[in-house]
Amino acid sequence: MAVDAGAALAPVQPRSKSKGGGGLWRYILVRLVLIIPTVFILVTTVFFLMRITGDPITAALGGRLPADQLAQRIHEAGYDRPLIVQYGDYLAGILHGDFGTTITDRRPVTAILLQYGSATLELAIYALIVALIISIPLGLIAAYRRDRWQDATLRVMAILAYATPIFFAGLLLKLVFSVWLGWLPVSGRGNTRTELLMSGIDTPTGLYLLDAIRLGNGPAIADVLQHAILPAVALGLLTAGVFLRLIRTNVIGTLGQQYVTSGRSRGVSEYRLLTKHAYRPALIPIITVMGMQIALLLAGAVLTETTFEWKGIGFMLAEYLKSRDFVAVQGIVVMIAVVVAVTNFIVDIVAAFIDPRVRY
Amino acid sequence: MSIPDSYDEMPTPSTSALAAVPVRKKSWVEKTPVLKELRQSVGLQRGMLVTGLVITVAFILVAVLAPVLAPYSWAQQQTADGQSFGTQQAPNALNILGTTVSGFDVLSRVLWGAQTALLVIIAAIACSIFIGIALGLISGYFGGWLDRILVVIADAIYAFPSLLLAIVMSIVISRGQSTLWGGIMATAIAITVVFVPQYFRVVRSEVVRVRAEPFVDSAKVIGVPTTRILLRHVLRNSTRSLPVIITLNASEALLTLAGLGFLGFGIEATAAAEWGYDLNRAMGDVTSGIWWTSVFPGVAIVLVVLGVTLVGESLNDLADPRLRLRRRAGGKKKSGAADAGSGAASEGAQS
Repeated sequence: MAVDAGAALAPVQPRSKSKGGGGLWRYILVRLVLIIPTVFILVTTVFFLMRITGDPITAALGGRLPADQLAQRIHEAGYDRPLIVQYGDYLAGILHGDFGTTITDRRPVTAILLQYGSATLELAIYALIVALIISIPLGLIAAYRRDRWQDATLRVMAILAYATPIFFAGLLLKLVFSVWLGWLPVSGRGNTRTELLMSGIDTPTGLYLLDAIRLGNGPAIADVLQHAILPAVALGLLTAGVFLRLIRTNVIGTLGQQYVTSGRSRGVSEYRLLTKHAYRPALIPIITVMGMQIALLLAGAVLTETTFEWKGIGFMLAEYLKSRDFVAVQGIVVMIAVVVAVTNFIVDIVAAFIDPRVRY
Repeated sequence: MSIPDSYDEMPTPSTSALAAVPVRKKSWVEKTPVLKELRQSVGLQRGMLVTGLVITVAFILVAVLAPVLAPYSWAQQQTADGQSFGTQQAPNALNILGTTVSGFDVLSRVLWGAQTALLVIIAAIACSIFIGIALGLISGYFGGWLDRILVVIADAIYAFPSLLLAIVMSIVISRGQSTLWGGIMATAIAITVVFVPQYFRVVRSEVVRVRAEPFVDSAKVIGVPTTRILLRHVLRNSTRSLPVIITLNASEALLTLAGLGFLGFGIEATAAAEWGYDLNRAMGDVTSGIWWTSVFPGVAIVLVVLGVTLVGESLNDLADPRLRLRRRAGGKKKSGAADAGSGAASEGAQS
């Protein structure tokens, strides 16, 4: 993504390269500056799109309040001012970390992020772990047995994982493992006792598993893990499909390199060739694209959380959508945009640290 | 450039080198994107392509023939002679796949849902191709500040979770409430906004490449009007990767439609049948062990996305010489960066 915009800097490349370490810092700086227009454009686009068709108070409460009270509330919230003034206000608010106040329950959007963000983070981490556990070995197998039946099977499975909407996968998992087999809980992050326990902690991290481990409460740890399995698998499977394809393509590329052939001629074991010689160099593009999948993961989290009533950002987003609280929706959407932009930035920096060729 | 002339002046088309010329001429019929690849493919790739095509064609047939195939209408709660279906009925003689929580016939809704899905996919892709190609063409050919701005905007939108963008768009267009055509158009436009950057990026980068070709300069020199250069010389040569993206986007469009429907932002049950919406309504059923309301619409989504993706994947592999199946060219040197790029591009096209 940065490549297009950074192309203007390409002619400078030889000079900055000769400076050695300076190139990296320069790259980080340029990349950091590039986040600003990205976020700015998204915020602006979302703001104007959401306001084109009317003010959020009418959307949320229209028909339920008498006209004069409605006008009163619109005036209080300042939605009767010119759009450009509201826009300036909104931008200034964001710079101060204020993403607006929800209409339905009058809470700052940042408070919602703080309260529910950790749940989404926890789900995303679990899903990432599941995805990596599944995709790395299978991706390596698919690459090594390229065009054989193993590869064919794995690729079809990867496509199937992509083709299954995450909520349908979730519903199927629920149906089989919770309802028919009764092995795992249907929804939520923990049973009532765990939830009570979690709300009683002094300084919660919000990550239930971490909190439960800190408390040293065995049953709570087990309960949290049981609740996490199905959502993590549902979200992880989708991501694993994408990762598998990615690992396969890249490892096929490195397996064809001459140093692999020369390693083989020196008697390096096939396992070592695959896991060290071919896999390691393939990691850089894999990490970069995995970072880009954060957006996919977050979008998937919205649907997964709704399916499993996992009370995170995505679940709240769906709830606010239902109650037509568009200030909350706008706030959450913008916040996710910022998170995605920052994650992409971090991933690019990590890639630059690993691979000097990236630092143009 | 006198090569074309020298071909014509060659007297005997009997040598093997020249035998290729007439073949290329008559293969115009077979040059339609999918058919060409079908001929080119072998083994596993052909299997995947054929499977994908069969599923896709079946989907289109079901969508078109839904009025004939479906036993009832999508919002019918009783038979024509007034016998009520009942709600959440298990599959039986009256309702072969059972009924939903609202008492609709599951089979009918699944069949009619194909029609809704097809309409949305066609509308979304038609809009995004048109806008994306137009913007990419102008931006890539003329360059300058407009190009810079469009690229930054496209990148910003591209980096954004597409489902969230689609949600924002559907709020804007319909405030979340929708009739049949309103809902279809709202969803299609929402998906369009998500996809335009993809077409824009692909077409633009191709145009930038083609723009530097000598034949464009020659056209300019002999005074061909700019519109004609754009449409004839540049556009014709910039669309080779579009079929792949179109098929991959078709599956993505369907997933976005279903996602919107699942979040309650699709098309209302009485306006049209929509699989995502049905799955949303089936969420409560699952907990009480009622499987037929979720499994059938879900399987329908999976099958269609699977079919279309298989076609797209195969086209992608066949377009890429490094992935195409044939005699293996061993020890061919490849640069790691190029692989990274292609990996990123193919993933990017998908997400």
